Amino acid sequence: MEISVQREDFDAAAEARRLTQGRGDIGAVVTFVGLCRDEDGQLSTLEIEHYPGMAEGEIAAVAAEAHARWPLKGLRIIHRFGEIGPGEQIVMVATASTHRGAAFAAAEFLMDYLKARAPFWKRARRADGTVEGWVEAKETDEASAARWSRA
Amino acid sequence: MKARYFAWVRERVGKAEEEIDPPAEIVTVADLIAWLGRRDEGYAHAFENPKIIRAALDRAHVKPEAAIAGAREIAFFPPMTGG
Repeated sequence: MEISVQREDFDAAAEARRLTQGRGDIGAVVTFVGLCRDEDGQLSTLEIEHYPGMAEGEIAAVAAEAHARWPLKGLRIIHRFGEIGPGEQIVMVATASTHRGAAFAAAEFLMDYLKARAPFWKRARRADGTVEGWVEAKETDEASAARWSRA
Repeated sequence: MKARYFAWVRERVGKAEEEIDPPAEIVTVADLIAWLGRRDEGYAHAFENPKIIRAALDRAHVKPEAAIAGAREIAFFPPMTGG
């Protein structure tokens, strides 16, 4: 299974290893893991809401696009939902290819597209117990996704 | 059709989902947003700035001008903040 949307934490190293297990044709694996920041001690937890079904569907569409653009030998995407504390893992993308160029580019593309298209929303809870509110989308996220658009 | 709401759209509307039956003159996603926004204060608050509302028809992103005819499920939500 290439894509998982789950509440549970994951073992990023084991996931990356699984991509290359028993294969001799892969020369590069890029693993990206996104973590929950504590915002200088202000944040106690992030609550991540998602749209079940659509989240998996959008990530699958983004993964298919990456496969179409780069010669990938393997791909693994995990995105968590629910309550996540500072230092915990939120998301992982791992790409495997013959050479590093495709693996690096595809991993960055996947993260940029995932942020712009996958239906997840973060809400921050402060260390003092109050709810900070919904995290706002950054315009730079849209710009990061847009730079991959084909003319 | 089933309407679903997420994040602060859900909080402002006061429910996660409901069955809606818009009249025939409601053709597009934008029409539906305007129609829902007239329901009560909560809906008005949720849909006060239609430009930032994102929509999905049967779990695929759509633009405000998309036709809603034939869709089983429509979802409204703020810009996404995953990753």
